[in-house]
Amino acid sequence: MIIADRKPFDEIMSMLAPYRDILVLGCNECVTVCAVGGAKEVAILASQIRLRRTKDRISSEVHEKTIERQCDIEYLEELKDTIGGYDAVLSLACGCGVQFLGERYTDVLVLPGVNTTFMGVTERHGLWTERCQGCGNCVLHRTMGICPVTRCAKSIFNGPCGGSSEGRCEIDKDTPCAWHLIIERYKKKGMMDMYMEIVSPKDWSTARDGGPRKRQREDMEI
Amino acid sequence: MRISYPTSVKIIKVPCTGRVDIIHILKAFEGGADGIYLVGCLEGDCHYLTGNIRAKKRVKYLKTLLDESGIGGQRVSMYNVSSAEGLRFAEIAKEFTERIKSLGPNPFKLNKIKSTRDSGRGGI
Ligand code: SF4
Ligand code: SF4
Repeated sequence: MIIADRKPFDEIMSMLAPYRDILVLGCNECVTVCAVGGAKEVAILASQIRLRRTKDRISSEVHEKTIERQCDIEYLEELKDTIGGYDAVLSLACGCGVQFLGERYTDVLVLPGVNTTFMGVTERHGLWTERCQGCGNCVLHRTMGICPVTRCAKSIFNGPCGGSSEGRCEIDKDTPCAWHLIIERYKKKGMMDMYMEIVSPKDWSTARDGGPRKRQREDMEI
Repeated sequence: MRISYPTSVKIIKVPCTGRVDIIHILKAFEGGADGIYLVGCLEGDCHYLTGNIRAKKRVKYLKTLLDESGIGGQRVSMYNVSSAEGLRFAEIAKEFTERIKSLGPNPFKLNKIKSTRDSGRGGI
């Protein structure tokens, strides 16, 4: 899922400063699961904004709503009769949701309330970590299910590099060396031969290097 | 035991301090409370195992949210008292009340009342 972090409160407040009537809009999917932009976080942030603005004697109306997904046109439709009534919408969805909302309602000012950080997993309650960078050409079958693009700080394919020490990456001792993990698994499965194989350089044109990406399924189009 | 504590302290009963969510406390400040403290069981004695530990972590996080909001993190606290410690309960009530008195009223409440008077509308 997509992981995000709430923007610093002061940044949010200065973004909102010119606007009186505000909608704080949550999204029920990824950002709910990573506890940054669901109905609960919408209520908390809206309350904080009300408390702060009233304390600072700024006249304001702060409304709250959460929809199923901000990255899906059909769920954006339910806002069509109400969204025009606010001076600004503070979206707590990821960057996809913020943009898509603004594309659907071009007259509405949509502002980001979160910093979208990565695609990852919930390792445990309250801890999310990165797993995939969407390189467009997955190599997990060759790397024992551990992604060198994401989990190796240098994204190299011939690791470990000289900075790997006792299974840890040189960037910080809490970060496991991805290539150390990969090799441990090769060994465990008796598959070190795979490590020794020479492979051609990775084609990065399927990743961000090739520009914005799209996926189309004509059979699904209506 | 007839032990008195300040009448300004209003008790809201919950099954466990672990039930108290951040939004409940923020709403209480929006409702005009000047300070809020949680009184949970002693650490290690939670009937639900970790309810009071989770409440403690939430209070810590809530302090940052209240600082950001200009209400001030000092207006919330968490205490652990066993049900046999009536005196300690009353002491805490006094101690916390003193702290809040020294901080003065909730600034949100003050301005809300003023702006209602000034503009004839809710203000927020
Ligand atoms: S808008 Fe973003 S956070 Fe919401 S469901 Fe879509 S991808 Fe996930
Ligand atoms: S190899 Fe590419 S697609 Fe596969 S997990 Fe890594 S970044 Fe994601």
